[in-house]
Amino acid sequence: MSELKRGPSRRHVLRTGLAGIIASGVAPLAFSRGAWAQEFCNNPTGGTVTFGLNLPLTGAYAEEGADEQKAYELAIQHLNGEGDGGLLNVLKPSALKGNGILGKKVQYVSSDSQTKSDVARAGATRMIERDGAIMITGGSSSGEAIAVQSLCQELGVIFMAGLTHSNDTTGKDKRRYGFRHFFNAYQSGIAIAPVLAEAYGKDRRAYHLTADYTWGWTQEESIKNATEALGWETVQAVRTPLGAADFSQYLTPVLNSGADVLILNHYGNDMVNSLTQAVQFGMRDRQANGKQFEIVVPLFSELMAKGAGENIKGIFGTSNWHWNLPDEGSKAFTKSFGAAYGSPPSQAAHTAYVQALLYADACERAGTFYPPEVIKALEGFEFDGMGNGKTLYRAEDHQCMKSVLVVRGNENPTNQFDVLNVFKEIDRETANYDPAIFGGDLGAAEPVPQCR
Amino acid sequence: MFEVLFLQFLNGLDKGSAYALIALGLTLVFGTLGVVNFAHGALFMFGAFCAVLFRQLLTLETVTLDPEKLSPWGAPVEIRQPLVQAWFGDVGAVLVNYSVPLSLLLSIPVMLIIGIVMERGIIKHFYKRPHAEQILVTFGLAIVFGEIIKAVFGPNPIPQPMPTELRGAADIGAWLGMQPNVITYPLWRLVYFLFALGVIGSVLAFLQFTTFGMVVRAGMADRETVGALGINIDRRFTIMFGIAAVVAGMAGVMYTPLLPPSYTMGMDFLVISFVVVVVGGMGSLPGAIAAGFLLGILQSFASMHQLKAFFPGIDQVIIYLVAVVVLLVLPRGLMGRRGVMEA
Amino acid sequence: MAGIMSRKDATLFIGFAAVVLLLPILAAPFGAAYPDLLQRFMIFGIFAIGFNILFGLTGYLSFGHAAFFGVGSYAAMWSFKLLSLNAIPAILFAVAIAGVFALVIGYLSLRRSGIYFSILTLAFAQMCYSLAYSVLTPITNGETGLRMIRADPRVLDRLFSEAPAGVPVPSLFGISLSGWNGFYFSALFLLATFFLAMRITNSPFGMMLKGIKSNQNRMNYTGFNTRPYALTAFVISGMLAGLAGSLLVVTDPLAGAERMQWTASGEVVLMTILGGVGTLVGPVIGAWLIKYFENIFSSFNDNVLSSFFGFLPDGAREAAVVVAGKFVGEGWHLSLGLLFVLIVVFLPGGIMEGVRRISSAIRRRGGGRHATARGELSPSAAE
Repeated sequence: MSELKRGPSRRHVLRTGLAGIIASGVAPLAFSRGAWAQEFCNNPTGGTVTFGLNLPLTGAYAEEGADEQKAYELAIQHLNGEGDGGLLNVLKPSALKGNGILGKKVQYVSSDSQTKSDVARAGATRMIERDGAIMITGGSSSGEAIAVQSLCQELGVIFMAGLTHSNDTTGKDKRRYGFRHFFNAYQSGIAIAPVLAEAYGKDRRAYHLTADYTWGWTQEESIKNATEALGWETVQAVRTPLGAADFSQYLTPVLNSGADVLILNHYGNDMVNSLTQAVQFGMRDRQANGKQFEIVVPLFSELMAKGAGENIKGIFGTSNWHWNLPDEGSKAFTKSFGAAYGSPPSQAAHTAYVQALLYADACERAGTFYPPEVIKALEGFEFDGMGNGKTLYRAEDHQCMKSVLVVRGNENPTNQFDVLNVFKEIDRETANYDPAIFGGDLGAAEPVPQCR
Repeated sequence: MFEVLFLQFLNGLDKGSAYALIALGLTLVFGTLGVVNFAHGALFMFGAFCAVLFRQLLTLETVTLDPEKLSPWGAPVEIRQPLVQAWFGDVGAVLVNYSVPLSLLLSIPVMLIIGIVMERGIIKHFYKRPHAEQILVTFGLAIVFGEIIKAVFGPNPIPQPMPTELRGAADIGAWLGMQPNVITYPLWRLVYFLFALGVIGSVLAFLQFTTFGMVVRAGMADRETVGALGINIDRRFTIMFGIAAVVAGMAGVMYTPLLPPSYTMGMDFLVISFVVVVVGGMGSLPGAIAAGFLLGILQSFASMHQLKAFFPGIDQVIIYLVAVVVLLVLPRGLMGRRGVMEA
Repeated sequence: MAGIMSRKDATLFIGFAAVVLLLPILAAPFGAAYPDLLQRFMIFGIFAIGFNILFGLTGYLSFGHAAFFGVGSYAAMWSFKLLSLNAIPAILFAVAIAGVFALVIGYLSLRRSGIYFSILTLAFAQMCYSLAYSVLTPITNGETGLRMIRADPRVLDRLFSEAPAGVPVPSLFGISLSGWNGFYFSALFLLATFFLAMRITNSPFGMMLKGIKSNQNRMNYTGFNTRPYALTAFVISGMLAGLAGSLLVVTDPLAGAERMQWTASGEVVLMTILGGVGTLVGPVIGAWLIKYFENIFSSFNDNVLSSFFGFLPDGAREAAVVVAGKFVGEGWHLSLGLLFVLIVVFLPGGIMEGVRRISSAIRRRGGGRHATARGELSPSAAE
């Protein structure tokens, strides 16, 4: 780390001059770690502060990435006092003033993570090393989130995770510098199991198809435990390869397996394809064990619901948030997002927006950008008005504890965005769990690692 | 157990027909033009998006804004009036219902044009160039094609409903006089299976029984001699590329109800289609078809959990494992000719 | 130097070394002068040079080299976890393991040639990737990737000291290898690799490999068994891929399965052909170009674009941003694809051929003086 890199003028040149077509001086060759006792990575010294957005702009999650980017742009406008203020008006308690963060105007740099851990890390490193990002945020998979989170811990930069649903992000792989607003697979299990038992009865036999990687396994385990505790039986749990376009060879054995519920632990295009194909196998018109055969998708988003079309109708799943919730925060966010972009926000957009605001608010309350102080301000922070009811940023694992939604595919959509209905809101006490069950170690906030 | 095995076999045939269909077009291009076309998956994707486009045209709507009502996100509520139904009434509704099979009609001219433009514009300059350069240029084209689709249709998959009459599953067991509701299989997959067999059969018949096909087959065997006989082989090869594009495109159209099309599907099908072609033997049409069915059936059986319990992950690698074993035992795949693509 | 290489080669090597070591300054005007990207420039340069030793010299097109890259990464990470944080044993271990993999895969795949060889390598690599992502998760940590944790045994380090506090970082005898140190460390390996490639190209062994490329049958008829030579080239190139993979773990301690996917194998093919197959410098240039696209072009969002087009009036600026936005930012793949197509159509020898054409055009215009200079050099090139 050298002085030259910190200079805001150089950073400005790089950003505005299309990556510095104007020559920007000699690159730093010196390496002077720990030269500043009170210094920390990318301490903003000028009139601006930079967020680093790590977004999947290409690949299968490009739509989620685009939605997250819109949300961050909106959040940054609102933080800078532009636009209608959005959730700034309803966040309680709030230290935000609408004049940037600590008087510094917020701006952003972005990078295409391609939903790959390696690329996400490279992008985050660039935004930290070259562009002077004070905080990294975004992402659309747990692999990415965990990879970037551990990088941020090494560099001493706070990471506000976007879409990541694996238990590991705030469990086994939790980090002091990483924070997650999104809910997790364990909470999906807690939330959905009682609803399933109520709707489909306690005497059910479930067949799991699970994406064969870490996230799929944790979700399968969570849902299995939660449903078995209610008296369900698990007939079989079969792993399917990631990105298998055709799932028919996994669906045929379901038919005569004696199961009467199919649980699809898939995400993204995998979920769109497996659900579409399962419906074509007539599984929703089928009788098994004298009952109606049912399909359950424990986690899905409205973007995936759009991809699955009418096959999603009547399917139960869980969500972090949905735009037609009736509270003030949700209404305010839907309104300002819709006014800006002409469509309601997705849950990805919501979690991205909220994370940006929460970080800014924590800086204001801490009175500094110094990461350990910001971390302290976030840990145990209790707030309300962001659309999920009263929410706690739990200090033990940096997981937001809030209500979880059980959603259901809309049978009679009134427009192209109206694909889901909120079926039930599971309150925070019910969705609560003991952070100790997943182990993991946050690590220390201090000494602050100096970024390279 | 019988019904489970029977279903897996049926499923393998069905998957195999899809593989064979994709491999067929690839082999036509390689066998006639000697070009390794990495953009073949992209042609498949173009076909799928013909169906998307056709449906979008059929479901065009007039949108008027209701000044009174506002949606929750503050935009005026849109009142949509479907045009086709307004103009044609019930006929319009039938058109929309059958949009996927009907878009085959759109896909044939579109894919023919795409194929011919692609061959005349770029591919023909690569006949004499090394295979590595053919791979690179077509791979580059595949990326470009995917990105164009993304720019036009967006990154999210777009579901294509099949005709209502063909939804759901067929009770094959009951047809065969067995117990009902045991051996059932999606109707559309049966349609696709028959469609694939039909296309494969017509292409083979076309090559076998028409003068055009005879000349092309002769050209595949010995291009120079056929050229020396005064036959314009180049033009026939251009048309052959167009036909291969049409085959890929029609396969893509009919696949849309099974797999909501997105811009990544071209790349998703690239590797598997090449493995099929190579296992069959480069340039051999019967080889490609046999390899398609072989890989489909093996993949289907390898996905059974009874087998996976013994060999964890076997379903993920079975395709490649078969490719390795076949290629190591049979030097040129199942039915490849000597000296083709070995240098 | 003159003893071990010709004057022309020495000039090339010194010139290359100067460019590599001065990259922190040279890359600054392009916005690429930060350690992480320059490390990747070095690492993928090694990968591409190694790939070119196989493909450029023997003509065998492997579509599975990413497997060796990934295996190298995992091996280095396990060395960090079990043995020591020192980079040297990690790199040695990684190169050795990648060499073993390359020996087995190469031995089997080289029984076939042409596209059959390509598909065999692709099949092996895809098997490695699929298994690493799923059932081998206990070894590879699957989706989330293999990382170091404080509690790892690291037996060699424990012999000398207690586990230090804080995040473990790979080092070279106590010197941390993150940031600029990591860049210079990898740069030394790139130069060594370049030197090796140069020696191989000019050696009798290299001549033999080129013979395999131009006409394997004739080589076989003359009584040479070419396979051992091709296999040696395959193993060397696999080991260099393993070296590159281990360096990526040294500078950025995470080993993930995605780097073994077929698209990653395809990427190194593209790098090599883009820069110029069979040339010494070409693959490195191709690697730099692709990594530059991936990291820098993808970051030009609408914000950056509108400040770039700031000089235009409002309406024109928005139009310019929309149009340009299709090619950079989320559309950077489109630019990359178009560039490939253009280069392959018009410059089959890659960028190096373009450089040659331009320089020969200048030389022709410059007259006889340069021609004599070239004449002086040519005898030494024949040595």
